[in-house]
Amino acid sequence: MTLGSARAELPAALDLLIIGGGVMGLSIAYNLARLEAGKPGKPQTIAVIERSYLVAGASGRNGGGLRMQWGDAGNVALMRESIEICRGLAQELDINLWFRQGGYLFLARTESGERRLHRNVAIHEQVGVPTRLLAAREALELIPELDVSEVRVAAFNPEDGVVFPWPFVWGYAAQAVARGVTIRTHTSVDGLEPLADGGFLARLSTGESVRAARVINATGAWSIGLNRALGIDLPNHPHRHEILSSEPLKPFLDPLVVDLETGLYFSQSTRGEIVTGITMPDPPGLPHADSVDLGSSLRFLANVSRALIRVLPVARHLKPLRQWSGPYDISPDGDAIVGPSPGHPNLIQVCGFTGHGFMMAPAVGQLIARWLSTGEGHPMLERWDPCRFRDGRVLRREDMIIG
Amino acid sequence: MTDRTFVCRCEDVTFTDLEHGLAAGLTTLEELKRYTGFGTGPCQGKECMAAVARELIRRALVEPEALVPFTSRPPIEPVSLGALATAPDPFADPLPSAPYMRSPGDDS
Repeated sequence: MTLGSARAELPAALDLLIIGGGVMGLSIAYNLARLEAGKPGKPQTIAVIERSYLVAGASGRNGGGLRMQWGDAGNVALMRESIEICRGLAQELDINLWFRQGGYLFLARTESGERRLHRNVAIHEQVGVPTRLLAAREALELIPELDVSEVRVAAFNPEDGVVFPWPFVWGYAAQAVARGVTIRTHTSVDGLEPLADGGFLARLSTGESVRAARVINATGAWSIGLNRALGIDLPNHPHRHEILSSEPLKPFLDPLVVDLETGLYFSQSTRGEIVTGITMPDPPGLPHADSVDLGSSLRFLANVSRALIRVLPVARHLKPLRQWSGPYDISPDGDAIVGPSPGHPNLIQVCGFTGHGFMMAPAVGQLIARWLSTGEGHPMLERWDPCRFRDGRVLRREDMIIG
Repeated sequence: MTDRTFVCRCEDVTFTDLEHGLAAGLTTLEELKRYTGFGTGPCQGKECMAAVARELIRRALVEPEALVPFTSRPPIEPVSLGALATAPDPFADPLPSAPYMRSPGDDS
């Protein structure tokens, strides 16, 4: 078994070059290689090029939560599919994903939060997702350690869950390589030159160059530089999100809990740690960053501690073991940016997942692979069209962006 | 008694786990940390990082002077969330010297 390397030999000409060895790029590579192997004729030649090592970016830095509890039917259905895929994925990828379906519990402490949860549950029922509203005392039965004195209502879907993100990415990588995908790490794509035939010549940091009929930009929060160099102006931008994990405790917390009003979330990993983060707006008065910043702050620790202790008072005795950060790739309307780029149809964006790319990757990898292999469409692909910003077709549909 | 050798006792990473990562082509401490989980437990690498580094050097996968440790994560000393909750947020908490913190009745 190999997981790709800095020395992996690249074919001189590719049908598909995927830039970015995160969960999105690797899920697409694995699913496409699998579909191509089952088709008559010569399969597409696929390579993934990663600037650093696999799992270096947001895919290795997120909290590992997967939920169907969204505020928009399209996202609810997509995540139902993603979680359904996860049920069999450990066997399929032959790796322990530490997938645990303990549910997500959303707590509403204000009237507007209460309205949101009522509205969501109605949408989930239409899609066929078993979310139910709980009174505060029922939430307390699920988690006796909660302080529910301020809780007006809660929403619980027992099928939501958590994974440990790292093996997830290694699993996709190993199975992609086993199906003929080349994974080259520690190599950056320094430039893309459009060719007369509609493809691209990718110039690499190693001095090599490689031709590709189609290119996928799956670099998420790092995608801006590559796009702007080609005159592609998209409105996604990086946002630093901080997170911590605590000293390990005996298992006591089944669901991942979200406090709607503060954007606090916390769960217990299969390794026993409490993993927690919170919505923290960028400091006021600063323009959006163009580049990724990965520092850790005391400001985060103060904010997450206050919010967590308010909902889970026993946490005041708990000590963080480690804190780190990762970039959200923020899309202004909350919808991802996926599909042919404006002016460059053979450069396909798979960006803008706004902090939720990891949980969507199992389903997104499959639907993009089907589209690349057979041209099959999907309603979300129409909605995620990168040209919508240029064409003025932007709709804000989703308000369940957490963290 | 087991004959397994543990490289990282916090996360139960064995020498065999490490060998799997190396056999898969991983050659840096950051990659091996993310493949095996070594160094992410209570000792935060204080026990295990040297053992893994030694193995990389022994197999000539890295020159000793080029070896880079993985990024250390705060906090250096364990501090409770209860104590951390008292740290001020400069964007949300008023500073003690700010005018609106003056006592009621002082309208000068």
